Amino acid sequence: MPSYTVAEILQKLESRECSSEEITQSYLDAIAKQDGTINSYITVTAEQALAQARAADELRAKGDAPALCGLPIAHKDIFCTDGIRTSCASKMLDNFIAPYNATVVEKLAAAGVVTLGKTNLDEFAMGSSNETSFYGPVRNPWDINCVPGGSSGGSAAAVAAGLAPIATGTDTGGSIRQPAALCGLTGLKPSYGRVSRYGMIAFASSLDQGGPIARTAEDAAIMMQAMAGFDLRDSTSMDVPVPDYRAALNNDIKGKKIGVPKEYFSAGLHPDIAAAVQTALAEYQKLGAELVEISLPHTELAVPCYYVIAPAEASTNLSRYDGVRYGYRCEDPQDLDDLYTRTREEGFGEEVKRRIMVGTYALSAGFYDAYYRKAQQIRRLIRNDFVEAFKQVDFIAGPTAPNPAFALGEKANDPVTMYLEDIYTISVNLAGLPAISLPAGFSNGKPVSLQLIGRDFDEAGLLAAAHQYQQISDWHRQIAPHAV
Amino acid sequence: MSLDQNDIAKLARLARIRIEPESVADLQQRLGDILNMVDTMQAVDTTGVDPMANPYDAFQRLRADEVTETDQREKFQAIAPSTEDGLYLVPKVID
Amino acid sequence: MEWETVIGLEVHVQLNTQSKIFSGASTAFGSAPNTQACAVDLALPGTLPVLNEQALKDAILFGLAIDAEICQASVFERKNYFYPDLPKGYQTSQMDAPIVGAGVVEISLEDGSTRQIRVHHAHLEEDAGKSLHEANFEHHGQGQSGIDLNRAGTPLIEIVSEPDMRSAEEAVAYLRKLHSIITYLGISDGDMSQGSMRCDANVSVRFKGEEQYGTRAEIKNINSFRFVDRAIKVEAQRQIDVLEDGGKIVQETRLYDSDKNETRSMRSKEEANDYRYFPCPDLLPVKIESSLIEQLRTQLPELPDAKRQRFESEYGLSAYDAGLLTGERAIADYFEDVAKLSGDAKLAANWVNGELSAALNKEDMNIAASPVSAEQLGGLIQRIRDNTISGKIAKQVFEGLWNKEADSADAYIDAKGLKQVSDTGALEAMVDEVIANNPEQVEQYRAADDGKRKKLIGFFVGQIMKVSKGQANPGMVNKLLNEKLGG
Repeated sequence: MPSYTVAEILQKLESRECSSEEITQSYLDAIAKQDGTINSYITVTAEQALAQARAADELRAKGDAPALCGLPIAHKDIFCTDGIRTSCASKMLDNFIAPYNATVVEKLAAAGVVTLGKTNLDEFAMGSSNETSFYGPVRNPWDINCVPGGSSGGSAAAVAAGLAPIATGTDTGGSIRQPAALCGLTGLKPSYGRVSRYGMIAFASSLDQGGPIARTAEDAAIMMQAMAGFDLRDSTSMDVPVPDYRAALNNDIKGKKIGVPKEYFSAGLHPDIAAAVQTALAEYQKLGAELVEISLPHTELAVPCYYVIAPAEASTNLSRYDGVRYGYRCEDPQDLDDLYTRTREEGFGEEVKRRIMVGTYALSAGFYDAYYRKAQQIRRLIRNDFVEAFKQVDFIAGPTAPNPAFALGEKANDPVTMYLEDIYTISVNLAGLPAISLPAGFSNGKPVSLQLIGRDFDEAGLLAAAHQYQQISDWHRQIAPHAV
Repeated sequence: MSLDQNDIAKLARLARIRIEPESVADLQQRLGDILNMVDTMQAVDTTGVDPMANPYDAFQRLRADEVTETDQREKFQAIAPSTEDGLYLVPKVID
Repeated sequence: MEWETVIGLEVHVQLNTQSKIFSGASTAFGSAPNTQACAVDLALPGTLPVLNEQALKDAILFGLAIDAEICQASVFERKNYFYPDLPKGYQTSQMDAPIVGAGVVEISLEDGSTRQIRVHHAHLEEDAGKSLHEANFEHHGQGQSGIDLNRAGTPLIEIVSEPDMRSAEEAVAYLRKLHSIITYLGISDGDMSQGSMRCDANVSVRFKGEEQYGTRAEIKNINSFRFVDRAIKVEAQRQIDVLEDGGKIVQETRLYDSDKNETRSMRSKEEANDYRYFPCPDLLPVKIESSLIEQLRTQLPELPDAKRQRFESEYGLSAYDAGLLTGERAIADYFEDVAKLSGDAKLAANWVNGELSAALNKEDMNIAASPVSAEQLGGLIQRIRDNTISGKIAKQVFEGLWNKEADSADAYIDAKGLKQVSDTGALEAMVDEVIANNPEQVEQYRAADDGKRKKLIGFFVGQIMKVSKGQANPGMVNKLLNEKLGG
């Protein structure tokens, strides 16, 4: 069961070949067996999942089954789930039982999903390796001495290990696409404003976006259908019609132009990945797409720009964790100052504190113009590069990450080197564009990926392009050695 | 850009994060590394470029003036560190 | 050298929307603690703000009322600081692109002069919660403050003036004028005692004629018109004393203690703060279309200045009377009803500004709670006009109506038999009786010259009023006395 796709599971449910309870139980068994090694879940909601599964089976028996009725999924532990601990992988929220549901959680529940549990992540989604989690690092099912990527490392590892058929993730600078790439999965970062952020614990508000981490583009399309859409509770949510993603999967790629930015094949790129991407692009040519060399001249500025904007927004988004209304409070505070400073010292991990400090600096008097304002100006230059490029091309292609999965601990002590792992993903968040990561080969037994970037709100185009490639390749069909 | 110990102290104060004296040097080093990386931005001429806060330069939607929320104090305070008589408690605030 | 006080005010006005500025929780006053603090108000992780349309419209209306430019792409910013009554650790406010730009408020002073006070800008922001410091908790004892977040997220407009005022009187007149404007617009109840309108005063002193401003102190949260007056006076005097003793003024935040009538430094606010304002990424800029502005402009009511001018021209009132009547929209409306019902605007003005206003002040009541309705007062004035009662009896009737002893002036006059005696026969008999009973005074009167006679006749009028229990028609009494004593 655990190597099935969502499409296959739904088909089995629809044909009554299996019940949701059976499928759910098989995933719970797989988690019990394997997650001691992988550590992809922070919380497993076994009882609740089985109850939901039985309810889904009854609904289906009555003929009232919604689209995803009985499909087990996992939520990144950044989405608030009513009555279930929502920790954001931080000691600060270790005791936080969310009293409400995120919009994404509500929407998926309405579509009939069964929630297996909450997956591990970098603390407050700040990281590219899942090593900053209060609940310990996640291991990559392809090589358990390697990281799964981050921040949605738990979601990616769970799907790759067969501990969930699909999972939600969030992507602020690559947090869906990079772990998808390192775990051999398909990950979609939707356009900013496509998926509601309400109830998704904020890291950097102007960059955060929720999306699916799946085995296939088809699965991602199925999940996106339930996640996407305008939400009155998120005033940055965009009121743009949501197409039928699954129906659009077979839209022809013939005649489409794929831009290949020369800046994406620079010195830091691992040669195996460069080769895999070139091979994949050649496949696209066979499918009838046309490759066009383009330039995104401000690419190098994306990382510095991001490491001002994201920490700045995070520094104030995380001010609410003060030990007053919920979450961690230090023992026996002596006075108000002690309550604040010790709660935040003890409740946040090192990387989170570093980013809060950097962000505080970037916004502080005398530095605002040189850092925050400057970064917002560069952000426009980066977006303008894409706007220009999309006048000529339909998609932009390149690697997702510069390296395959690296060893646990390898970069943990060098934040700046770690930040450079996001070099190809970050500019997409700054520009607000949708992008998809899809498996394109292996390097030393570890998966490597292709990234496709689309026009604003063209998730359907990206999913179709990825799906077409997956019809002629089988990288996404490979099973990790440490999968169940 | 490098930060001295006073800068670290000031930032820690603004962010209300206690820093152990022995970790100041390490933090200074790491924040300095990050700022050096970030400072590559400074070479770019951005004269006349409008700062971009949102990718679409969109405007916000408003909500109608309606009361849509009900009292959930019990549920919300069940997860609070310290409450009494419906109030959240903190060490005495001195004005 | 003469000292001059320089004052600028920052006035916070709570808007009377149904729901909060960024959430759907109720803004009703006086509920049990934290029962009106929803997930957004509590800053639960993952919650997001969505702006209340009515709060925006209210701010625009205020801007139009002071003839200010309305910003067409207004931006909300985060003002970052930690305080237990501020759940997010930042206040959502405005800095670089406030909704209301520069405007002007005209104030009238007691000497009849007027001055223009410039408003620098007005912006929308969210109110904070409340901290209860003095509580003694059964389970947690003393040493704790209790936080109630019901007020957190109530919409405010903060109206920031230029340092244009030169006396406490001007500051109070400006504050009263703002109060008039917001209550005319109906965007706030303006109740200072409940904190619906709160005032911070920036006060400095300098020698008259100097160009540079002195160092200012900010006096926080003054909660009545009277305290604004007293706090400014006492602070200005404190600064003058310091300077005359060769000292220096420190720029600081001070608190006015109304019991001791003094200001004192607020040490807790002394820490230099760096609020790190930046555009709130959860709230995109607000686009204010010209069509919305024009539509709101048509909804503007007649504002205090226009109403005062109309009262002067339409009713022939003095600037002073018209000013008093138009200070509050409810009073102006009441007056207009009385004027119409009585047919005599001047008498109506005298009664509303005189007897009624004194009675309301004495009971600390506002006009909406007045026991005497406009219909009743109008009816009373009609009886004065048609000589049914004298002005003196009218006051008695007013008191009867105030005490709910009758439903109308007529009913009270009938019940108490207060009709004025205008019957010549009856009056003649009274006059004759008084003349017969006071021969000495009659002698004096007859011996006196015209100038003295005018004074002496008052004695006879008084006697007749006594005999008639005040009901004799004074005009006719005078006439009869002149005839009978003249001989």
